[in-house]
Amino acid sequence: MSHKLIVDCSTGVTTEVELTAEEIAQREADAAAFAEIKAAEEAAAQAKADAKASAEAKLAALGLTADEIAALN
Amino acid sequence: MANTYTAIATVTVGSGGAANIEFTSIPATYTDLLLKVSVRNTASALDRNMPITFNSSSTGYSERLLYGNGSSALSINRASSDLGYLYTNAANSTSNTFNNFELYIPNYAGSNYKSTSADYVLENNATAATTGLHAGLWSNSAAITSITISADGFSLVQYSTATLYGIKNS
Repeated sequence: MSHKLIVDCSTGVTTEVELTAEEIAQREADAAAFAEIKAAEEAAAQAKADAKASAEAKLAALGLTADEIAALN
Repeated sequence: MANTYTAIATVTVGSGGAANIEFTSIPATYTDLLLKVSVRNTASALDRNMPITFNSSSTGYSERLLYGNGSSALSINRASSDLGYLYTNAANSTSNTFNNFELYIPNYAGSNYKSTSADYVLENNATAATTGLHAGLWSNSAAITSITISADGFSLVQYSTATLYGIKNS
């Protein structure tokens, strides 16, 4: 995919235009930034899940039942 | 819809997809603008940002988003090169579903800074879905003559649509 749609509101005509080199570079940078953000989000979600499992294990070790632990969520 | 709404232009993405959609030569003859968008992005995620810019400018934008995704809610405040916290369906949402989105721009042709308000929701037949309320500001006194909708590094799929309405107060 290397084109954009330009809609001229004065005529209603839509044209398909190839992206410039600058636009393609920006597009690649945006995609790379997105990959970094998603990786960070996934790492944060995994860390949160790990912390939750650890906390539940510690509560169970203190003698709380599964229902009691679930009631805290 | 009020009878003062006029569809200025509409576009549907073809089989090749599109990186951007640009509305150009927007006439200054209306009071307000309303942009309605229903799109799907090719990014491998549930949702994906859909940055919007005016007059090809990359400066002067600030925004506040109230956002929920089925498991959490948050508020985001941001100043950047676009109005970027606007989300669309992406490739991991239910097949062939598209988002619903609208952006309202009052007094777009005046010499004041341009405020915006938007709301959107993804369609996803699962617990996770994204919805948001968005307030934006473009700190620029120029009349808005063009609007660019970006797929933010990816593509908008076939059958994605965008329609720009002009609204008059009489």
